[in-house]
Amino acid sequence: MTVAPPAVDEGLWREIVPQALARLLRTYGRDQIDLCEDAVQEALLAAHQQWAGQAPADPLAWLVTAARRRYIDLVRSDHRRRDREAREALLTLPLNGGSSAVDDSLLLLQLCCHPALPRSAQVALTLRAVAGLSTAQIANVYQLPEATVARRITRAKRRIAELGGVLPRPRDDRERLSSVLDVLYVMFTEAHHTTTGEPAQDADLAAEAIRLARQLHAALPQDTEVGGLLALMLLTEARRPARVGADNRLIPLDEQDRRRWDATLIAEGRALVERAVVGATPGPYLVQACIAALHAEAPDAASTDWTEILALYRLLEIVTDHRNPTIALNRIVAEAMVYGEEYALARIDELADHHPHLPRLAAVRAHLLERLGRSDEAAAAYRQATKQTRNIAEWRHLHIRLRRLLNTT
Amino acid sequence: MKYVILMQVDPEVLERLTEEQQRMIEEGHAAFMAKTKESGELIATQALADPSQSKVVRARNGVPEVTDGPFAEAKEFLGGFYLVDVENEARVLELAQMIPDASIDGLALEIRPVMFSDLGDL
Repeated sequence: MTVAPPAVDEGLWREIVPQALARLLRTYGRDQIDLCEDAVQEALLAAHQQWAGQAPADPLAWLVTAARRRYIDLVRSDHRRRDREAREALLTLPLNGGSSAVDDSLLLLQLCCHPALPRSAQVALTLRAVAGLSTAQIANVYQLPEATVARRITRAKRRIAELGGVLPRPRDDRERLSSVLDVLYVMFTEAHHTTTGEPAQDADLAAEAIRLARQLHAALPQDTEVGGLLALMLLTEARRPARVGADNRLIPLDEQDRRRWDATLIAEGRALVERAVVGATPGPYLVQACIAALHAEAPDAASTDWTEILALYRLLEIVTDHRNPTIALNRIVAEAMVYGEEYALARIDELADHHPHLPRLAAVRAHLLERLGRSDEAAAAYRQATKQTRNIAEWRHLHIRLRRLLNTT
Repeated sequence: MKYVILMQVDPEVLERLTEEQQRMIEEGHAAFMAKTKESGELIATQALADPSQSKVVRARNGVPEVTDGPFAEAKEFLGGFYLVDVENEARVLELAQMIPDASIDGLALEIRPVMFSDLGDL
């Protein structure tokens, strides 16, 4: 468990723990993530015992020193390792003092989001090593047994060790970061729209994803995709108070009480977008942030600038090489607002030909049919949508819409 | 003694529920979970997605083959289950009657004794 000793502020604590881990990795090699993390964990225990009332002047330095000692002990006691001598030689190397905290946190993020790991392992490892969540907390997020999560993390660390801690050479700067951005985005969307819908949204996980995105943005203030991702998260998070009803059902954007949106988060998100768009090459996160900003500006669904939103979805399809059918579905929702429901239904049918099981497609069709007053077809589409969802909060919403439709016809 | 309480669901019944009944079901299940957790009788519960999302794996000429869909198309299907550990059969029947589905015409619960368990790391 990563719990701050009584003498230390929780925020500072969560900042220095991953930094200490990154320092160790830098010194002893990225393939040592398993032993290094054990060493930091044991240094934390020591801090709990020894800092009772008063923290040292430089908590990070204390922690790094204690963790290094622990690491050396761990390596020395690890007789089974074949390359023990080689690593003991490494221990005598001078300490690496030239790295900045920014480089350290970036390195750690990239390592945890190593492209060779499955996405679930990337997220679990990031939550563990960078966000400082305990295995029990991560298990709670995913409603999985703690031992299962512990094994996933262990397996991920072992995989990184097998790969020698080597990160693949990126083709460009964007690719270098894309895996990190995707992991943070998955973490956030999982929080905002949990897979199972129970709970419908996970505020702690969302806060964690935003905290990490803020750190990344502080490290790379010029990167417009990082700025875009942070803005997207803030603008989406702003809607949280209005997104789930008292009966635990998801409330769609057009039905939300916008007075309940968080104005502070919206202002911050919009400012980030405005700063990032100037002269930027549009990337997927920045474009999505622009769309979210337009929704945030509108007092209700009807007065939203749908023409501009439609143009942005078309741009988003281009920058993502038309590979993501969910973006096409969202574009069709915007088309319904600009060109009308009949036009949009025709586009939905085309999309369904290629992606018959696309999530939310039946729900969008049902809404369009309902707006056109084609009740029987709408009911059939709602039925299909309830069968397709795996999210119980969304299932509740669709059921309520279906029942309302049946009661009014 | 361990039992599973299997919840039989009829989608036509579900879509005809009033909002009042729907709320009663939601709150009833939440209360049931809280009560059986508190008493130490609840081991696990899961709600299952619609059977149209099922895949079936079965042997064809001794080789596993994957097909879409449930075993058989049926009006009713397994919507989810509770796994409980209780003193005796009388208690599991008492518990089952507390589940809101037991008070709604067209829904039903099936209670079956468990013969073998391995709960993994649960």
